[in-house]
Amino acid sequence: MSLLEVKDLQVRVEEREILHGLSLTVNPGQVHAIMGPNGSGKSTLSHVIAGKPGYEVTGGQILFKGEDLLEMEPNERAARGVFLAFQYPVEIPGVTTWNFLHAALNAQRKARGEEEISSPAFLKKVREVAKSLNIPQDMLKRGVNVGFSGGEKKRNEILQMALFEPAVCILDEMDSGLDIDALRIAADGVNALRSPERAMVVITHYQRLLNYIVPDVVHVMSKGRVVKSGGKELALELEESGYAQFEDAA
Amino acid sequence: MPAVQETVERVRRIDVDQYRYGFETVIESDKAPKGLSEDTVRFISAKKDEPAWMLEWRLEAFRRWLTMTEPTWARVNYPKIDYQDLYYYAAPKPKKTLSSIDEIDPVILKTYEKLGIPLREVAILEGVEPPAGGEQTPSRKIAVDAVFDSVSVATTFKAELKKAGVIFMPISEAIREHPELVQKYLGTVVPTSDNYFATLNSAVFSDGSFVYVPPGVRCPMELSTYFRINERNTGQFERTLIIADKGSYVSYLEGCTAPQRDENQLHAAVVELVALDDAEIKYSTVQNWYPGNSEGKGGIYNFVTKRGDCRGRNSKISWTQVETGSAITWKYPSCILRGDNSSGEFYSIAISNGFQQVDSGTKMIHLGKNTSSRIISKGIAAGKSQNTYRGLVSAHRKATGARNYTACDSLLIGDKCGAHTVPYVEAKNSSATFEHEATTSKISEDVLFYCIQRGLSQEEAVGLVVNGFVKDVLQQLPMEFAVEAQKLISISLEGSVG
Amino acid sequence: MNVVAKTETGRALGDAFAVVRDRLPGKGKIADQRRAAFEAYERAGLPHRRIEDWKYTDLRVLMREVLPLAPAPDVAALSRAAAAVKAHGIDDAVRLVLVDGAFAPDLSDLGKLEKGLSIRALREVLDGGDGALSEQAFTSDTTNPMIALNSAMATDGVVIEVANGTVLGKPLHVVHVASGAAPVAMFTRSLLRLGRDTGATLVESYLAAEGAKAYQAHDGLVVAIGDNARLDHVRFVEDTVDAFNISSATVTLGAHAHFNTFGMTTGGHVSRYELTVACAGEHSKVETNGVNLINGKQHADTTLFMDHAVPNCASREIFRAVVDDRAHSVFQGRIIVRPDAQKTDAKMMTRALLLSDDAEADNKPELEIFADDVTCGHGATTGALDESLLFYMRARGLPEKEAQALLIQAFVGEAIETIASDALREVAIATARRWLEARA
Repeated sequence: MSLLEVKDLQVRVEEREILHGLSLTVNPGQVHAIMGPNGSGKSTLSHVIAGKPGYEVTGGQILFKGEDLLEMEPNERAARGVFLAFQYPVEIPGVTTWNFLHAALNAQRKARGEEEISSPAFLKKVREVAKSLNIPQDMLKRGVNVGFSGGEKKRNEILQMALFEPAVCILDEMDSGLDIDALRIAADGVNALRSPERAMVVITHYQRLLNYIVPDVVHVMSKGRVVKSGGKELALELEESGYAQFEDAA
Repeated sequence: MPAVQETVERVRRIDVDQYRYGFETVIESDKAPKGLSEDTVRFISAKKDEPAWMLEWRLEAFRRWLTMTEPTWARVNYPKIDYQDLYYYAAPKPKKTLSSIDEIDPVILKTYEKLGIPLREVAILEGVEPPAGGEQTPSRKIAVDAVFDSVSVATTFKAELKKAGVIFMPISEAIREHPELVQKYLGTVVPTSDNYFATLNSAVFSDGSFVYVPPGVRCPMELSTYFRINERNTGQFERTLIIADKGSYVSYLEGCTAPQRDENQLHAAVVELVALDDAEIKYSTVQNWYPGNSEGKGGIYNFVTKRGDCRGRNSKISWTQVETGSAITWKYPSCILRGDNSSGEFYSIAISNGFQQVDSGTKMIHLGKNTSSRIISKGIAAGKSQNTYRGLVSAHRKATGARNYTACDSLLIGDKCGAHTVPYVEAKNSSATFEHEATTSKISEDVLFYCIQRGLSQEEAVGLVVNGFVKDVLQQLPMEFAVEAQKLISISLEGSVG
Repeated sequence: MNVVAKTETGRALGDAFAVVRDRLPGKGKIADQRRAAFEAYERAGLPHRRIEDWKYTDLRVLMREVLPLAPAPDVAALSRAAAAVKAHGIDDAVRLVLVDGAFAPDLSDLGKLEKGLSIRALREVLDGGDGALSEQAFTSDTTNPMIALNSAMATDGVVIEVANGTVLGKPLHVVHVASGAAPVAMFTRSLLRLGRDTGATLVESYLAAEGAKAYQAHDGLVVAIGDNARLDHVRFVEDTVDAFNISSATVTLGAHAHFNTFGMTTGGHVSRYELTVACAGEHSKVETNGVNLINGKQHADTTLFMDHAVPNCASREIFRAVVDDRAHSVFQGRIIVRPDAQKTDAKMMTRALLLSDDAEADNKPELEIFADDVTCGHGATTGALDESLLFYMRARGLPEKEAQALLIQAFVGEAIETIASDALREVAIATARRWLEARA
């Protein structure tokens, strides 16, 4: 069974249709890249998968491990293993990263009927993960993303990904706002989390991210549809010839 | 449905009827006749076995009160209070003189137990870890002066305090045992003529706490009192007087809960703080009186006058409050910065829900040279409540070098509530430096979604964000209180998000 | 209520009103409105500190009484006024002059008005029986006693109408002049009506002829800005230091409208300017800015009331006060966001600079918010000039007053910069510079 299956998805935002019948099948262990110009609907897709309010699904379905994802509350999706690494992670003043991660992890465990993790055990776990990602301890004590640099915010997203051990990770424009060094660190973090059980969907405008996170499948999106799919060589092709050729195809 | 819309829906379903502390203790009580007259004042004074000067002081206040009118400037609406339809004194009937906690009426003890109030030492210390590092910090003990309705029924830690020279007792006792101290300080911060409610309090105050910390003494423990309004139609008129003599330090905690009632109950307390040279007083309040039911019926009317006088140079007074209860809150804990280099602080969290009305803030009155003050106010309005910050910062002609920083932030949950900010910034001195900033906004939907994507429920997400919003103030509370306050905020929000 | 003040001012004025009532323009409904307005004023008397909105400007103490109504200006008065107007001219503007509360057509530019522009004297409109226009000029409330008094006593003013689709090329300059004949009170009321898709610039000046001393200028302005219209408004109070200027402006905006206003007060012994702006149509934008530069024993009060009644409007307020000697500056700014006014974006910043130990500044910025999806905020600061900056400049060779002047110019600059018209911005800068030079 596929891990994530998007079938003929149609989505509107305030009367305007953004996705016009998008389909996508992601199997465990795979890394899919979704590329496309601005406004092609890439971020909309990631938001709808995660359940962000404000989008109206007018047709199609999303199955996650065979179950209807659209019927689930956003936090329920998270507990089942859908993780969205935000393009713009928000700042939450006054809430320490450490406290936030603990609350979120326990909420997920509780929802899955697992036992909550105690403070000391959690502390140990976070420290280990943080260390492996080169995240300094003091970052955990600061408010969630408050005063973080672009690179720190993205690393915080990857830290959460590592901690929550999701089944599907959607990385929305992970490279935006990162310089090449920060990008490499973030990509290393993501690569370390690749596993035969886990799938990743990497949404990006540029090919350069895919030099670091090498995809198994590349999809080109234009005007709310997948217009072409192929192997990693498709990304290189795009780099050379641009998106224009696909805009006519859409 | 957008996330915030859901929150709004939940706020509409708020069930403040399930007020956790709404139970009534059935005990016999000793009441003054209903209504207010010179006779009532004499009755109260006689009950307390007060000296003649005290009665005279009360009567003077009462006569003054008769000439005054109830203030109307605050943004609160309530039906007219019939002052003749209230009882002004109620005391649990004394069985005998108490020598230990065990002798307290078990019904009363039970009440405290339900409230989770740590009257016994063991309970107080249980589960409370010393702060990290644990160096020079005095042991985290709390002495509780429990005020049940109007009369103190138990005082713990008396012996240890006595050893340090700290006087901590019901003010009724202090009037008898330390008349020279009471006479010297009572009414010097909040004069009997101060305002309608304070004057009423001066005439009929029933009891409260008295603290005197002698020169150079750092009070060995946090002093704590819990108030409950229990008697039907009983006005509560607490009077608290705290004096920190030269170079001393004291931290005082005040917590309140009241059982549920249909009629509104009037509470008009007066708290006076005096800090002499180099002294420091920290006064913390957690207030969760009954806010009324989901139709806005019932609830406490809380008209409080709290004022601290930084009388000596280098003195410091710090107010911290967490206000979640009462149908009406009218409260402005203030600092008179009289001594040179003195400083005042006001940290406040005011949460209103249902039909609650809050009009609270502070006054920082800079009189001495190089005085400084700091105001951090966090208002959270939900349901159909109205939440107003009202604050005055003033520097007088001779207050050279006065400084103030004020930050007032308001958070709105739902579109049926109101959040208002009314600051008065008055400088009569060119060397005064005042900075004030205020913001009003709602919880960002993006932030809520981020939390929910990480697996938190809507309520958990709101709770987390609100706790982050008020963090700067929570940090000012003594540790034991901070935990209780955080719980209280969650309970208040539990009501507000379903 | 303060009975003494009422008999001192209210009663005497009541007699005066009875005497002048029949001389005041407008019959029938307008006369009834005037009577009702006067009664409203009489009930309240002069506002005092116990009335919240007048907390810092107690007219019973500061003004004590309302002076007798100014007589119509004679030839001598008009010629003194003409000289004063000349000295305060604004290039290329349509000048409209009111002397001692009466419209002076001979001193005004009524010839060759731009197409779509109509200008009449209030007296003419009231006597001519244009009911709708008269009523619009008198819509102001009776809850504010000073506006009520103005409604009761207004002798004249200008009524300006800009027809739909007209964008005026020249600014309109309304000049209020006190001729200085005797200690008198002048009451004026003006109306500006901007139709749909219009644009206009209105400048108001308050000044006095040579030798004028203690007088009272009571002015009321009513402005209606139509949909998709823009008004730029600049106001200069340059009355004598013995004069009282008690003015109000009530502005209503339609949808997609834009109102930019700037006020500068350098004159007057006591001045109070109460500006009420209501956003009645969505997607409107309001910028209200001001500078008070005062010294001696001046008292200047600017009170703003920004009313967001509908969604999606934005407002910005920038206010600066520079206070020297024993002067007293007051700023009250209330932003109200009514229950349905979602997506309101309102911000206010007020700052006071105190230049002397006896100077006084009171700031009362207020937020009153009944809608949740809003971004609102205000800030207020009070302080002296930055000593370290002053020292730095002096170490570079600048004399103290000059260094101060530079810093003060920078301080007020942020508010002055908001004036859209280059020419008017220059006038404001020059006025500020004159004030600073007089100080040096």
